[in-house]
Parts: sequence; structure tokens; C-alpha cells
Amino acid sequence: MGNILEVKNVSKYFGDFTAVKDVNFVVEEGGFFSILGSSGCGKTTLLRMIAGFLHESEGEIIIRGESMTGMPPEKRPVNIVFQTLALFPMMNVRENVAFGLKRQKLSKDEIDSRVKEMLERVGLIGFEKKKVTELSGGQRQRVAIARSLVMKPSILLLDEPLGALDRKLREHMKVELKLLQKEIGTTFIYITHDQSEALVMSDKIAVMHEGKFEQIDTPRNLYKHPKTAFVAGFVGDSNRFELASQDGDTLTTNGGWKIAKPDVDKPKLMFIRPEALILYPSIDDKDIEQFEVTIKTILFDGSNTKLSTIVVGSNEELLISLPQNAQFENLEEGEKVPVGIHRNDLKCY
Amino acid sequence: MKNKKSFNFTFYLLIVPVLLWLVLLIVLPHIDLFISSFQVENDDGKMVFSLGNYIAFFSNQIYWLTFVKTAAYAIGVTILAFLVTFPIAFYLTKVISKKNAGFLILLLLIPLWVGELVTVYGWMVLLGDHGIINHSLMAIGIIDKPINMLYTNFSMIIGLLYMSMLFMVVPVMSTLESLDDSLIEAASDLGASKWTIFRTIIIPYSMPGIVSGAIIVFMLVIGDYLAPNILGGKSSLWFTEQIYNEFLSTFNWNEGAAFGFLLLMLSSGIIWIALKLSGQKLDKVGS
Repeated sequence: MGNILEVKNVSKYFGDFTAVKDVNFVVEEGGFFSILGSSGCGKTTLLRMIAGFLHESEGEIIIRGESMTGMPPEKRPVNIVFQTLALFPMMNVRENVAFGLKRQKLSKDEIDSRVKEMLERVGLIGFEKKKVTELSGGQRQRVAIARSLVMKPSILLLDEPLGALDRKLREHMKVELKLLQKEIGTTFIYITHDQSEALVMSDKIAVMHEGKFEQIDTPRNLYKHPKTAFVAGFVGDSNRFELASQDGDTLTTNGGWKIAKPDVDKPKLMFIRPEALILYPSIDDKDIEQFEVTIKTILFDGSNTKLSTIVVGSNEELLISLPQNAQFENLEEGEKVPVGIHRNDLKCY
Repeated sequence: MKNKKSFNFTFYLLIVPVLLWLVLLIVLPHIDLFISSFQVENDDGKMVFSLGNYIAFFSNQIYWLTFVKTAAYAIGVTILAFLVTFPIAFYLTKVISKKNAGFLILLLLIPLWVGELVTVYGWMVLLGDHGIINHSLMAIGIIDKPINMLYTNFSMIIGLLYMSMLFMVVPVMSTLESLDDSLIEAASDLGASKWTIFRTIIIPYSMPGIVSGAIIVFMLVIGDYLAPNILGGKSSLWFTEQIYNEFLSTFNWNEGAAFGFLLLMLSSGIIWIALKLSGQKLDKVGS
């Protein structure tokens, strides 16, 4: 499938401030593309440029091979779901969804059938006459998505639409959105600061930091092979170590922990994921770096339980994921435990 | 027990002025006015019950013609006030920065500080035959005779508009302030033109503010005396002037009371109809 969106060398300046700096990417037709970054990284600015509410200072945005430069938002083949949802409070559900179609001067029958079809798809049949102010958070969410999708846009832009929902509902909507996108096949561009949203839903994720893209990759690659220190620290949980010196293959952290990592040259930072650490590793695996830790505390959090430990012979703290199975039930604070890590899982930058 | 007593005392302390105000200054005078509107002096100089005051109103063409004209002009001025002030309110809330808006609102308030009488005389200076406008127009040679603007319906409408406009700006601004900008963006994203956004989003959203502003403007205009009296001249008789005449020129207080009640009925009636037509509820508009 071809590329539906091309963003070429796009920058945006607000006075002296650079909000978006030389961003390049393409989105494939029918894909679910996420832009992940902390607040203030420029992701909303980028989205608003694609929607046409802001104009790029440099570069070009191309949708379906057509340059969008100078085209106002109402003429672009994209629709946006706002963070605040921006439902029209004086209209009911049906009127909200029909708003865009009415602007296209379609016949009443066509509007009716398309609105009905869309409401069916998002499970809001029977709510047509309800005021949007009377709906629950999840229902309002669906109205906002239906209102945009009914326009059959080339691209649907979503600006952190799940941000206002409580955690349970957010988990639910995540799955629902993904399924909806698969079903209708519209290209979604989703911006969020929540990495779990991005990882679960996306085909591709761009990690954005200070106006620049750090890495564009599949969720799995982003997690497994982060290209930059920022991505390694931002996506997923990580233990972060500052490195003091290197002697051959042996790295020494600021806290005095010595660990072997071949094929790196003068790295400054090292990241280790808590879930990559293996408790009681098998002794004879040569690829596994082995050491001992002292358990400081057990941070119980259901399936997300972690051990807070100190590496023996140093003062480096290390968080280790603790699987909730019978094997590790007897671990106690103060105990010394052998730990191993595969050398590929030591990420150095 | 002691607490409850002190609560009661504060409660009464707070409620008494309100009740006194309502009863002494609003309810009682109206009852008195209402009673006296149904009284006429008989041949012996005694007050007797009669519908004569109201019959006099309907049988005298000049009275009810003034009445109808006052209502029509008041509605017209209200509509004008909306047309003039809505762009101002929109500009102050959605276009310029909050800081500049504060300063401009202060400027808007200046006419209120100097009082209606002064502004009315100000308009006389501007609109008179030898006033600033005519003088300047003649000086640049657009006209060679002064245009008669003062003491006409035109000057009266200007005066009424000027003193009531601000009461439209404030409630409209407060509803526009609560209008989330993303609603406008969403409408534009869905393909709406600027005019459609204005018609389908901005106006319906600010309807409560518009209606509450319209009620205030309408009441102020229909009950105004100064502007019609000073700027209006002979041809533009206002119903308040009729009431004034009954009380202070012909000393027929009972007729005046009847006129006062008719004006009250008229303005309440029109507001009721306006609320029905715009689909607004009084409690929502009032808040």
C-alpha cells in the first residue's frame, strides 16, 4: 500500500522558540501511526499543522500526493478528534454526527443513512436524541470519533482523546479504538504521552522529543532496540546508569558497578529493563552476565511487582521485575540473590 | 441549642433588609399603583372604582399609537444593539489578548461613568445643525446645508442605543468567554465556512447571553425617558413621556398609574414572547 501522508522537512517556529524541528515521516495507507512524546515536545503542534490549523514555517505536508500548503482546514481530507472532544453542546448526538455531512450539502436520506451506519458502528444506536451533555465519558468519546469518521476522511487525527477518561475506561477504549481502526481501515494518526496507549494500538510509533523525532519504528522494535538514550529511557521502564569509565570490555558505572559489555566504545549511559533481569540464572550460559544483588525492599504491585535491590560490591540501585509465581514467593528483604542479564539487553549509548 | 439560636438571629438579620426592600419599595407601591389605576374621581370629588382609565387609553388613538410605536422602536433598538455589540464582544473575547481586552472594556464603560444626561447632551453637540458632524461635512464640502439629525427619530435611536449598548456587551461576552475555541476549530475541521460556524455554533452557543442582554436592553429602552425627551423632539413621542405628562402636566395620577401598568404588561409580554421564540428559559438566561 502507498503512503497516504508524507511530512517533508517540516519545522515550526514561534518567534525564537522551535516547536517542531525538521521532521520527516511517511504514513502508510490504513496504518495506525502514533506520535509519542511528553507534553511540550511539539506533537500537538505537528498534528495541528497536518489538520491545517497551523502553518508550517518550513517544509511540506503531502496528503495522497497533493501538497497541503496553504489549504485551509475545512478543505483538507483529514478530520481531527480533539483532546477536549469539542462536541457541540447545543446539539444532540445525531446533530453532532450529521454536522459535517450537512456542510457537504448531501441529501437528507444520505445523511440519515450515513449517520445511522456510523452510530451503529460505535454502538450509539438509541442515543440519537440525547444531548451530548447527558452522555458518559466513553459515550462522548464515541460521538466525537463518529462525528469525524462519518466524513470518511483520508486520515483521522486523534489528539490524546483518551486523556480525560478514568483508567479502566481508558484500557477498554484502547482496545475498542484499535478494533474500530482495523474494521474501517481508515488511517489513524494518534498523538499521546501515554506509552501504553501507543504500544498497544499502533503499527508504527514515532517518539518525539524537543521538536524532533528520535525514532520511528514498530512498537516491538522501539521497546527491544531503542536507538537513542531518550527512547530507551522513555519507552518502557528502565534502570539508568551513568558510566564513569571503560577498561576493555568492562564498564564501570558512577556507583562503582563493573559489568562486561563487548563491542561498545566509550558509552556514557546504560539502560537495563527490570523485566530483562533473570533471577537465579543458569550458570553455564556464556552470553549471560552474572552478578549478585541484595534485596532492599519488595515493591508489591500485583503483576507489576518489583524488587528494589543494591548490586553487591557497589552502591548502584537496580529494579528487578518479580514474576508472581511460586518460585520466588520466599524471597525476603536483606537476602542476597544471584541475577543475570543477557549482554544484548545491556543498552549503552 | 445556643448555636441554633444564633443561626436564627443571623438568618433574620440577613433576610429582614431584603424583605423590607421587596415589600416597602416594590410590592406595596405596585399594589397602590394598581389600585389607583382602577379609580377615578366622581363628580363629588370622591374616588370610586372604574375601568375609565383603561378605557381612555384604548379610545384615544394617540395613546395606544404611542404605545405600539414605543414597543416597536424598543424592539428595533434591541436588535440594533445586538448587531452593533456582537462583533465587539466577539473581538474582545476571541480575537485580542486578555490584557488588551480589559483596557478596552474599561473604555467601553466610560459613558456609564458620566451618566446618561451628559452623554445625551454630548450627542446634541455632535448631531445638532451646527454640531460637529454637520460642521465637518460642510467644511469638506460633502453637503452645503446642514442635515437635520437632532430632534428626530434618528437622534433618539442613537441616544437609546448608546446608553443601552453596554448592557448587551457584558452578558454576551460572558457566554462567549466560556465558548471553547476548539468548538470553532472542530466546526471548521468538519468543513464549515466562517459564516456557517457563526450561524450554527457561535450564535446558538451564546443565545443565553444574547437573550439576557436583550431583556436588559429592551427594559432600559422601553422605560427610558431622557433620550426620547431630549433627543427625540416633537415627532418621536415615547410612552414614558405620556406617563410623565399624566403625572406632572395634567395631574391625573390615576390615568398615569394605568399607563404605568400597561407599560409593565407590555414589556413583560414582549419578553415572554421573546423567550418562547428563542427557546430559552428565564432561569438559564438569568444566571
